Amino acid sequence: MKYLDEYRDGERAQQFAQEIHRLTTRPWNIMEVCGGQTHAIVKFGIDELLPKQITLIHGPGCPVCVTPLEIVDKALNIAARPDVIFTSFGDMLRVPGSTTDLLAVKARGGDVRMVYSPLDAVKIAEQNPAKQVVFFGVGFETTAPATAMAVFQAAQKGLRNFSMLISHVLVPPAMEALLSSPNCRVQGFLAAGHVCTVMGYEEYPPIAAKYHVPIVVTGFEPLDILQGVLMVVQQLESGRAEVENQYTRSVRREGNRAAQELIRKVFKVVPRKWRGVGEIPRSGLGLSEAYAAFDAEGKFGVAEHRVEEPAECISGLVLQGLKKPHECSAFGTKCTPEHPLGATMVSSEGACAAYYRYRRRN
Amino acid sequence: MCLAIPGKIESISGDDPLTRMGKINFGGIFKEASLAYVPEAKVGDYVIVHVGFALSKVDEDEAHKVFDYLKQMEELGELKGDGP
Repeated sequence: MKYLDEYRDGERAQQFAQEIHRLTTRPWNIMEVCGGQTHAIVKFGIDELLPKQITLIHGPGCPVCVTPLEIVDKALNIAARPDVIFTSFGDMLRVPGSTTDLLAVKARGGDVRMVYSPLDAVKIAEQNPAKQVVFFGVGFETTAPATAMAVFQAAQKGLRNFSMLISHVLVPPAMEALLSSPNCRVQGFLAAGHVCTVMGYEEYPPIAAKYHVPIVVTGFEPLDILQGVLMVVQQLESGRAEVENQYTRSVRREGNRAAQELIRKVFKVVPRKWRGVGEIPRSGLGLSEAYAAFDAEGKFGVAEHRVEEPAECISGLVLQGLKKPHECSAFGTKCTPEHPLGATMVSSEGACAAYYRYRRRN
Repeated sequence: MCLAIPGKIESISGDDPLTRMGKINFGGIFKEASLAYVPEAKVGDYVIVHVGFALSKVDEDEAHKVFDYLKQMEELGELKGDGP
């Protein structure tokens, strides 16, 4: 496929890797923020092409993984009601809540449906006026334009039987939370290319300056990731801490203004709990007052539900880059993609699932 | 989850900028996507699509830059005599 295959060329990947080897004089820790990048790195073995001194730390950029237990429990509560059609992206269906998951609710007779786009959920609401249709709105800034448009169109159509359970998260506040932690080992970032396709990268220069970290907006194919690492290493080796853009074929400095405008209209910035990390101020999106009628938490009276996270799973440490998946005693034994203890094992973009799939070492 | 894939716009339906839809060709697999956020996109353009929405138009000139960069690197390496 055009714009995919040519960025997977092995010979060219080696060229980038050689240049990184040539430039690297010291150990450096670089975090790839996005789970999609983690998946590509482990799948294509990109980290194994790099010099030993370079450690790639897998970041918290998997929305499925960071959706807090209590929101999953709220989803389960709503989905089990007889008058509800509960719609979700496929990767949320197997995320374990406190006691069960959405697929199990479906098996017991709940009407749980996987959809490709939030607009499909709006269509289902139009076709089923006697039912309450709820969409599970998770995702980063990349997904927010789609969920914002679904709410906006539902409002325009006057749909009273459509609502959204929202757990949208924002990337820059999470990067800042990581950087301000005393345990932080991150010296440079590959910023998430599709988040920046929507939001641009004007938010990043103050972060790069304040914490003196290079930030390179990076794509998702092997050549993109290798070039991103090379650009970060060039900065680290020369003592620079700037924001650069590797993924220029998709990302403009200002991002997608039309998408940002609708996000601002439909959503407001709220504090958000991240699974395994805790609450981060101003790190999420919730519905703005004008669209509050579409908030499923209010509609179904589940807003006050609180749950403690279980202690046995170290996904919080994995999400912060403090532990690698195989350093967990449950990895591959008590915790597998079939029986996940935590969300990083559920989503194919979670670091644990990627390690399990591509490099399980017994 | 932030997976977004480039595809070619084969046809466009609707005039309202907010509900304009495109038929997108992903290497032979066709899917509908909203073009609400890429008002500049036209038939034949490549767009990056995520959960049924085109988020950006692929910039063809910029798409070559990775390869231009590698070429430059090669030429510089040859100049320095430590080329591959």
